[in-house]
Amino acid sequence: MKENQLPEHYYTMLEELQAVDFVLVELNLYLDTHPFDGAAIQQYNQCAQKRMQLAHQFQMEFGPLMPFGHAFSKHPWQWVETPWPWQV
Amino acid sequence: MWIYEKKLQYPVRVSKCDPQMAKWLIEQYGGADGELSAALRYLNQRYSIPDKVIGLLTDIGTEEFAHLEMIATMVYKLTKDATVEQLKAAGLGDHYVNHDRALYYNNAAGVPWTATYIQAKGDPIADLYEDIAAEEKARATYQWLIDMTDDVDLQDGLKFLREREIVHSLRFREAVEILKAEQGAKKVF
Amino acid sequence: MMEQVRVWYPFVGPFDPCPPILEKTYSTPPQLFIPFQPMNLPQFSPHEALKHGTLWPALYSPYEPKNT
Repeated sequence: MKENQLPEHYYTMLEELQAVDFVLVELNLYLDTHPFDGAAIQQYNQCAQKRMQLAHQFQMEFGPLMPFGHAFSKHPWQWVETPWPWQV
Repeated sequence: MWIYEKKLQYPVRVSKCDPQMAKWLIEQYGGADGELSAALRYLNQRYSIPDKVIGLLTDIGTEEFAHLEMIATMVYKLTKDATVEQLKAAGLGDHYVNHDRALYYNNAAGVPWTATYIQAKGDPIADLYEDIAAEEKARATYQWLIDMTDDVDLQDGLKFLREREIVHSLRFREAVEILKAEQGAKKVF
Repeated sequence: MMEQVRVWYPFVGPFDPCPPILEKTYSTPPQLFIPFQPMNLPQFSPHEALKHGTLWPALYSPYEPKNT
């Protein structure tokens, strides 16, 4: 049984999203101990905006990244589809 | 409330088919200084820690589950296609007999995870120092795991995880400073 | 950048059965030297940050595997 191969740009789009998300995690942890750093908060918000755009593009093509209403689904229900992260 | 995001925090690549490495990687899955211990420790301590520091414990605790998933991915990739013979040769015969290729929360020696690996003293300084120590121990464990393999791709993922421990350690140290700061003094960080 | 490795030389006994390890090292990564991260430290690009495991070069700690 031939599996569905993922296209090359799946990996490049995923890594771009992982990169922005990582900056957001780092800024988030930093801000947890530096709550008055205004410049960092601004950077965080800008990255969050960028993130939403990248995630939207990724999900349009490859399906929802989150359940419970944090993304939309086509028919049939996409959330249960492969690949799961450890399979990629 | 937790929502799961269907992607790894960092891409995991394993280039060498070396099931023996899976046996050692499990140390960071179900071991005393591993990611499960870290996640449960911080997420539990946050209920009794001073308000100023709850955000940090919540966020680091959540990130540790992402790291747990990365370790699981490494083990999964190393064992999913291994034959029974390969698993036996890799020292995973004991594991196979109980679990087949399923993952389980035990350490490299097969000792199952226990809540005795974590503590919540209710004293924020004690709790945060435990957290700092946990991060340093995890960092060291990643060093030894990196030493155990010559798979450059696997090393890359382990080096990422080691660096995360370093940053977490710094944040917990900063949390201690925040708690040491005088009441009422307006400190601009 | 400060050296992130310290060296020490273990005592070698005259009756040790195995060939002695003469030099041992341990890691001294950045969090030991930074009590509180200062504001406005230089940052990596997002892609570089992901690769290095941190947004800030000052917090980066390389590790050389000890494969003998």
